[in-house]
Amino acid sequence: SAADKNNIKAAWNAIGSHAGDHGAEALERMFHSFPTTKTYFSHFDLSHGSTQIKGHGKKVADALGNAVNHLDDIPTALSALSDLHAHKLRVDPVNFKFLSHCLLVTLASHHPAEFTPAVHASLDKFFATVSTVLTSKYR
Amino acid sequence: MVHFTAEEKAIITSLWGKVNVEEAGGEALGRLLVVYPWTQRFFDNFGNLSSASAIMGNPKVKAHGKKVLTSLGEAIKNMDDLKGTFAHLSELHCDRLHVDPENFKLLGNELVIVLAKYFGKEFTPQVQAAWQKMVAGVSIALAHKYH
Repeated sequence: SAADKNNIKAAWNAIGSHAGDHGAEALERMFHSFPTTKTYFSHFDLSHGSTQIKGHGKKVADALGNAVNHLDDIPTALSALSDLHAHKLRVDPVNFKFLSHCLLVTLASHHPAEFTPAVHASLDKFFATVSTVLTSKYR
Repeated sequence: MVHFTAEEKAIITSLWGKVNVEEAGGEALGRLLVVYPWTQRFFDNFGNLSSASAIMGNPKVKAHGKKVLTSLGEAIKNMDDLKGTFAHLSELHCDRLHVDPENFKLLGNELVIVLAKYFGKEFTPQVQAAWQKMVAGVSIALAHKYH
């Protein structure tokens, strides 16, 4: 909805330049809380502060930022990533929920004042939509 | 069965000591009803749930949230036997309340998010991981008597 879009854009503005850091933190939280997710990163150094996690967190954050700028057509904006996840990465769909949850936890812990129930709901919807797009070409 | 290490128990108990049960309960349940509106199906008699502010301010939501978290507080004293602690509540949620156990996972995650909001930096990845185990254990225990 229009209200959701406003909430999402406002939240992303508040996050500003911290997006990459938050992306990395969300990944780290996910690896700790949902260890099965580590199976997709056997080629990574997963220790705290790892350059690879930082780099990957920024990648994820940039992709989400791109989606925020194209809320009216996320499928087109993320089409290449959608192909990548379907044909190369083949991450089981359940894992997108884990990362989405950890993104929410990260945002709640760093931006408690902005993380109102309404903003929380809009962001949850946004992450769910992105997840659906990323798994849309799986079969 | 979920097994907690001594360290995890310490993490959970120490954070719990600082939680305002009434406030956190209302916040977690309220957010569940706002973020996943279909969960309102269990609360037809709660009055006004028509907007986020109505839900978060609703006295029945706050009271029920407090009830739920108080029960969680009891479980934290019995982390080695969550199934036993929640046996009666499990039967209740199946036989009388007819709540799909999926909802326990949703509420558990809402609680984790609320704790993150309250505790900020203190809610490290390690602390979160201990709490994810806790809410997962509670969800499993509450679903255990379903038939």
